[in-house]
Amino acid sequence: MVTFSLRRLLAFIPVLLGISLMMFLLNVMAPGDPVKATTGMPRIDPEVAARLRAELGLDDPLYVQYGRYLGRLLRGDLGRSYQQRRPVLAVIAERLEPTARLAVAAMLLALLGGLLAGLLAAVRQATWLDHLVMVGALLGISTPVFWLGMMLILLFGAQLGWLPISGYGGGRLSHLLLPAVTLGALQMGYIARMTRAAVLEVIRQDFVRMARAKGLAERVVIGRHVLKNALVPVVTVTGLSLANLLAGAPLTETVFAWPGIGRALVTAVFMRDLPVVMGITLFFALVYAGLNLLVDLSYAFLDPRIRQAGQKE
Amino acid sequence: MRRLWRRSKTATVGLVLTALLFVSAAAAPLLAPHAPEAVPRDLVRASLQPPSPRHPLGTDLLGRDVLSRVIYGARISLLVGFGAELVAVVLGVAVGMLAGYAGGWTDALLMRLTDTFLAFPSLVLAIAMMAAFQQPGLLNVVVVLSLLGWTGIARVMRAQTLVVMGRDFVQSAQAAGAGTLRILLRYVLPNCLAPLMVAATIGIAGNILAEAGLSFLGIGVSPPTPSWGLMLAQGRSELTTHPWVTIFPGLAIMLTVLGLNLLGDGLRDLLDPQLRR
Repeated sequence: MVTFSLRRLLAFIPVLLGISLMMFLLNVMAPGDPVKATTGMPRIDPEVAARLRAELGLDDPLYVQYGRYLGRLLRGDLGRSYQQRRPVLAVIAERLEPTARLAVAAMLLALLGGLLAGLLAAVRQATWLDHLVMVGALLGISTPVFWLGMMLILLFGAQLGWLPISGYGGGRLSHLLLPAVTLGALQMGYIARMTRAAVLEVIRQDFVRMARAKGLAERVVIGRHVLKNALVPVVTVTGLSLANLLAGAPLTETVFAWPGIGRALVTAVFMRDLPVVMGITLFFALVYAGLNLLVDLSYAFLDPRIRQAGQKE
Repeated sequence: MRRLWRRSKTATVGLVLTALLFVSAAAAPLLAPHAPEAVPRDLVRASLQPPSPRHPLGTDLLGRDVLSRVIYGARISLLVGFGAELVAVVLGVAVGMLAGYAGGWTDALLMRLTDTFLAFPSLVLAIAMMAAFQQPGLLNVVVVLSLLGWTGIARVMRAQTLVVMGRDFVQSAQAAGAGTLRILLRYVLPNCLAPLMVAATIGIAGNILAEAGLSFLGIGVSPPTPSWGLMLAQGRSELTTHPWVTIFPGLAIMLTVLGLNLLGDGLRDLLDPQLRR
């Protein structure tokens, strides 16, 4: 168990290096002159520009620049926003709460809805309920996030007038509901499909037949024998789903005018505020990779076979 | 067709929906009642007309026929979806087979590269790449989506290559002195086709969704191209007052992606029952 976790943690280092290298290369590739962008002066004395370039280290070889970039990252310095004239980290910190609130709400919805629907579909296999869940899950997977958001606004906001159309509303639940459903729908579909498949797999096993033959109540069979064994694949996919949910944040936040990090990313792209774009992308990647690592670790914790495989190696 | 229906309803429905997309793209000039980018002269009267016999799905803010734009939009989705996937498949097959065949350091290096791309939420990396190019447009969208799409293919190909390499016929070919390239192309690749086709079909669906998302955010295909995502972005301000501008392009995206996902699922069941989960 400990060995396995250590190995996983060690394997995380090249991933982090890869992420930083990718971000560095994107920064270098991007057109536009950092000197002009930082000073905000389009026509600058060439001599001054040259001195600034040297001072900023833009004439150094790429590997030196990368080393410096890495050093800054380790100190938590993501650069300064061209537009807002303050550290990128401050921009992210300010927008963190709305995004976290939205993501957690969406995760809870996806998790509860997906697990429940998947379990019901599996237990009532090949009935109308099963078909309904599977069609619903497929639609969830195929619907573009932002269009779903717009249709929800149209139905519940404009037609029925039940919920506010957009905005943060100080984080009130009524404002949170539609964006959370929008962001969670896709992953709810995945989780429902996976849960159904995993439960069906377990239901067919001999020990379940045995438990039923012993005359145990169906509720006990499902609760004690089936769910416990179906949990491992479900946890893996669920964990990955929840990490993937982050990809929908820029779209969902744009549709609902939600003041989160995803919307800040989109705005920064329009403002050509490259440090903010790159800083937020890096932040998303770190959270995403971190979540994936957690999934890996928890899954070893849940499945004794993996724990032991780690020890044997 | 009837035989396919009996073997897999999923694949059949998917095939029909995907065929509709192709027909709509190929026969757009015949099917569309109006020109997709033409802005009529009497703009004030033509703008935002509700559905009518003349404009079955209504008109948008610039008075353009929504039905015609939806039909032509199939071309953009098809072009981006298949175009980007084609490049991604070539890259992914090359990387995956090389990693699986060579093993050792090559394998480790290529897989770390793959992991790096997979360490980002895909759409976020796509946004950052489009920002780095600082130039929206069809070609850049295709380039970005191919750069993101190859990783999944590479993983599938690597795993499959490892399986196939262990089979007797590959080992006898090696013993008979066949060269690396011949073994890979003649023996390994044909045996990887089933999972490859499944992964590529699902990949196309993902590309179409991603293009729509990027265009919706205003950093994908540029106007006045009739891209479904762009149409949704343009209709957003009139969402509650003139919903037809946004309902139909979105439906088109959903049906297209649904068709490709069904086709992918169906293909998986048909081609390799063992892959079924």
